[in-house]
Amino acid sequence: MVAPGFCRLSLEAPKIAAAARPGQFVQVYMFSGRRPMLPRPFSIFNANPGQGQISFFIEVKGPGTAMLAAAKKNETWSLLGPLGNGFPAMPEGSLLVAGGAGIAPLVFLAASTQKERLLIYGAPSATMLTCPSSDLDLPGLITLEATEDGSRGEKGTAPELLAVKIKEASAVFSCGPCGMLAAVKSLCVSHGVPGWVSVEERMACGIGACVGCVIKTGNGYRRVCKDGPVFPVEEVVFDEQG
Amino acid sequence: MNRADLNNHGDLNLQVDLAGIKLKTPVLLASGPAGYGHEYRELLDFRTLGAIIVKGISLEPWTGNLPPRLAETSCGLLNAVGLQNPGVDYFLKEDLPALRNSGTKVIVNVVGCSPDEYAAVTSRLDGKEGIDGLEINISCPNVKAGGMAFGTDPKATAKLVEKVRRETELPLVIKLTPNVTDISTVARAAETAGADGLSLINTLAGMLIDTENQKPLLGNTFGGLSGPAVMPVALKMVWQAAAAVRIPVLGMGGINSADDALQFIMAGARAVAIGTGIFYNPRLPVEINKGLAGYLHDKGYNSLAEVEGVARRQKGAD
Repeated sequence: MVAPGFCRLSLEAPKIAAAARPGQFVQVYMFSGRRPMLPRPFSIFNANPGQGQISFFIEVKGPGTAMLAAAKKNETWSLLGPLGNGFPAMPEGSLLVAGGAGIAPLVFLAASTQKERLLIYGAPSATMLTCPSSDLDLPGLITLEATEDGSRGEKGTAPELLAVKIKEASAVFSCGPCGMLAAVKSLCVSHGVPGWVSVEERMACGIGACVGCVIKTGNGYRRVCKDGPVFPVEEVVFDEQG
Repeated sequence: MNRADLNNHGDLNLQVDLAGIKLKTPVLLASGPAGYGHEYRELLDFRTLGAIIVKGISLEPWTGNLPPRLAETSCGLLNAVGLQNPGVDYFLKEDLPALRNSGTKVIVNVVGCSPDEYAAVTSRLDGKEGIDGLEINISCPNVKAGGMAFGTDPKATAKLVEKVRRETELPLVIKLTPNVTDISTVARAAETAGADGLSLINTLAGMLIDTENQKPLLGNTFGGLSGPAVMPVALKMVWQAAAAVRIPVLGMGGINSADDALQFIMAGARAVAIGTGIFYNPRLPVEINKGLAGYLHDKGYNSLAEVEGVARRQKGAD
């Protein structure tokens, strides 16, 4: 556990580590007919092909994540991945916008280049900015924190900070709660800045077969697991509640 | 049924004849979870399957239901995908060619909003190379009759089966809904109208509420429950349907082990299908085949036919 309700899980998975691209995810199998039953999808937080390791940054929310948080050293888990479409290559001057646990794929993305890039990392309060600072200590990466209660970094939301910074941005890459992504979308669209978001939905197969994990897009329902989880921001339709 | 080494039972014959379709093994992939097979071919060897029953196909593309479409329950899965599919013409052009070479038999699940639509889909599938049989999903709402599912009414079932029967010589398996008062009358209606086999159960109607947001969890409000939670319900309905008809029955509903599969066979099913199980264990079909072969070997049987319905005879139910 790196913070209350959050854990960082490292696994030896040489094939996945070698093939993974930022934004892709991995299905963790439970092999049980009772809850937690379905494989759990996690964005890749970190991939180290040299050491053959990958890691997840997990917010403990239900029985599946609780089971993974309780995993012991040297346990064996079945993984399927890397799955889905990742982020496109990041241009110089990109802005990364993370909300809470949505930081996971963006850390992998930030680590994939040494180009100039800025990370906005927001949460309701300081206790929910749970990503270890050592994971954000990347060459050339500037991190700006934002909390709604002002307990750390700027006072405000990640999109409010994005609104200030977007004029200098060449592209926006984002992951976080729906409401935040909806705000990121309107900022990208109004400023004409290209943006990509990683979205989530409950999944079953994780490989595109069952069409259970669809989201609403400008091109109809699309599968998060196979057509995503990264989509061009203008394509995603966010509902009124976010 | 935890058998480590069953390779020495490879000579045991697990072949079955389901409604005129010769199946290499009695374990099929149920319609839905595996879509049109492309993705799951990388996770499981289709040569170990009796057949794949592909996801429901309608005349025109169906967009499916509003998300969220899935929710996990204690021992099951609630889904409301809404039969999203690309339509019969797309299926024939884009999906069927790959399925022909997948190493297993292909049964196409047919859906529709009206008897005419079912008939139109059936007629387009009829005679196409690589299709070994049709499974008619009669759980769809009968739009002209107020949206009640065809399969909840024996008369509507009979009319629909008769109409589809006129369109094809292919083996016709009718997939029954469990959301009925008496499965026997619907089963009999389907048989009398010309069905070659029955498959059951489809999912059980259900719902969940998200207490945080204080609204139904599924975008469609209602969904269908599958997975191990429904297994005893499914088994009872297979038992009842098998008692009501002479045509073979394909049993399914929450099968999670070779022992579960055997229970369906002993209740009177000719073969079994796996749906939700492949989500959490893609090796399940292989494990079930091994377990069935091991059971037959240990008990000195030569074929699955010797145990088909055996529990019924024990109970004097036939």
